[in-house]
Amino acid sequence: MTISRLLLGAAAIAVSAGVASAESHLSETSDMRIALSNNYAGNSWRQAMLQSWEEVAGKAVENGVVAAADAYTTSENQATEQAAQIQNLILQGYDAIVLNAASPTALNGAVRAACDAGVVVVSFDGVVTEPCAWRIAVDFQQMGREQVEYLATRLPDGGNLLEIRGLAGVFVDDEIHAGIQAGVEANPQFEIVGSVHGDWAQDVAQKAVAGILPSLPEIDGVVTQGGDGYGAAQAFEAAGRDMPIIVLGNRQDEMKWWAEMRDESGYETLSLSIAPGVATLAFWVSQQILAGAEVPKDLTVPFLKVTQDTLDETLAATPEGSVANVLYSQEDAQKVIADAKEAM
Amino acid sequence: MGQFLSRHRILLPVFSLAVLLAATFYMQPRAMSYFGINLLFNLAVPIALATVAQMMIMMVNDIDLSLGTFVSLVACVTATFLNDSPLLGVLILAALILTYAGMGAVIHALDLPAIVVTLGMSFVWGGLALFVLPSPGGTSPGWLRALMTVKPPLMPMAVVASILIALVTHFLIIRSGIGTVLRGVGGNARSVARAGWSVVRLKALAYGLSGLFGVLSGMALVGLTTSADANIALRYTLLSIAGVILGGGEFIGGKVSPVGAVIGALTLALAASFLSFMRLSPDWQIGAQGAILILVLTARLIFARRENATG
Repeated sequence: MTISRLLLGAAAIAVSAGVASAESHLSETSDMRIALSNNYAGNSWRQAMLQSWEEVAGKAVENGVVAAADAYTTSENQATEQAAQIQNLILQGYDAIVLNAASPTALNGAVRAACDAGVVVVSFDGVVTEPCAWRIAVDFQQMGREQVEYLATRLPDGGNLLEIRGLAGVFVDDEIHAGIQAGVEANPQFEIVGSVHGDWAQDVAQKAVAGILPSLPEIDGVVTQGGDGYGAAQAFEAAGRDMPIIVLGNRQDEMKWWAEMRDESGYETLSLSIAPGVATLAFWVSQQILAGAEVPKDLTVPFLKVTQDTLDETLAATPEGSVANVLYSQEDAQKVIADAKEAM
Repeated sequence: MGQFLSRHRILLPVFSLAVLLAATFYMQPRAMSYFGINLLFNLAVPIALATVAQMMIMMVNDIDLSLGTFVSLVACVTATFLNDSPLLGVLILAALILTYAGMGAVIHALDLPAIVVTLGMSFVWGGLALFVLPSPGGTSPGWLRALMTVKPPLMPMAVVASILIALVTHFLIIRSGIGTVLRGVGGNARSVARAGWSVVRLKALAYGLSGLFGVLSGMALVGLTTSADANIALRYTLLSIAGVILGGGEFIGGKVSPVGAVIGALTLALAASFLSFMRLSPDWQIGAQGAILILVLTARLIFARRENATG
């Protein structure tokens, strides 16, 4: 009994020593509590996001990295509801709040109150503009540029591009579009010969592309915003045109189609989007801040890219009707933080 | 007991709030402090103002389905015009109040159903809000932010503001002569007209007061959030109606209670926090909020029945 206790104690010391050496200058966070404040859970991306949180943050609690990591979702997708929710979380004594915000600005008062109460606030995906909060933002412009850059490596001589845009009037659509424009300006061998709105939905994209195709010359590449690639492919196939290089957006149906095309005719392309697991990155970033790490206020989420080499494993890991996901680890967060520090 | 409660209809809302507050403090002792009470209730201040605005309309037997979008529009104007060029901002807000008064006059003069007119106006307000502030942003005027975050001695801002709103509206609606006439419009518009009052003007006044409190609500909201969003206050339409009823008001008959309305608004805000402290799944929270509402209304109905039975 005493011996086994001694052994346990020794093991515990050894483990904590190992952890301590790994995070030499960081302090302990095992008694700290982190909350996720989420404004909406009504689509597959958000569901995957909450599941990712459960998985990663739940394990962190089990391993004693933090004391609690509870997820809260407002009953309605409204900024006033979420502001009240944040104020409740302050009262509940959480040390950090990880936030996917309903509005970039309307929560600033509540976020400020949290900062004033000494709570660390890390916003991601839906970020807030309040300067005291950390932001893990998505560089949507980069997402647009990278598509054109990838096409430039595949088609050095350039060619005609078809652009499928998202939902008109939404910030994300403008950003990705601006990135694509910048990419085309940098690579003048490409010309955008047509542009349609696919609303990030396969059926809408298919109808829109089918409608514009008869009026277009030969298309060499299709730049997209995610969720629209499969529909575009269907439209090209139905019209009996040559299949262009369609840049995809990590949806399961898109990747399935890609794998089939590859097996059939050696089709090659690239797929990129934001993984719902970004919530877990935000979790680890907040843990790092609590541990005393110096973290720049603005961080950028790396895209999840699926290439020819990783297609099979990603497709196998993605449930039907869902989107490719990645769960981030503590090391990933440390790397993102280090990269951001370098960029400063 | 039934008679006592019906004579003092304010007691039931007070009782509901006290019970909920006790339960909240039991669940979350940290809330029992100056800082905690302010965090619990500060977002209830704009809701209380919106509830009073809704009460003004319900007082004359109408209902306003555009209040949430109206408050959103005011918030957008406050975060943009009122901050950048205060004079223009004040003019716009004054024009909005006048529009509300005009809406009341038109509804009465043409004998239109208020529920339809206000529903239509909600799209106008919503469109204008998007026009003023196409993407979330804007800044709260400094003085407004300072006013909403002021830390008075003894009691937190949220409590002081709630008491102030309740007192002012109580004197305006219950004690003053014009307030009595306004309630009379809800009670029996024809006898008020026979007594020589112009009902059109009275209705315009009631709607104008509603517009005024709607404007105050939007400004208070921006003072708390620091910036606006065209959809910021959509929930207020239903919250304000529930707040009036919870506070002992009636849909018809000009039976309203300003103090009750403020307490109703606080109760609604507290109910949401209480459910969140209970760690209830969000899927159940709306249902649970509804259950609390039904519980309070049932209690009221039981007492009202008894009163009728005993005469």
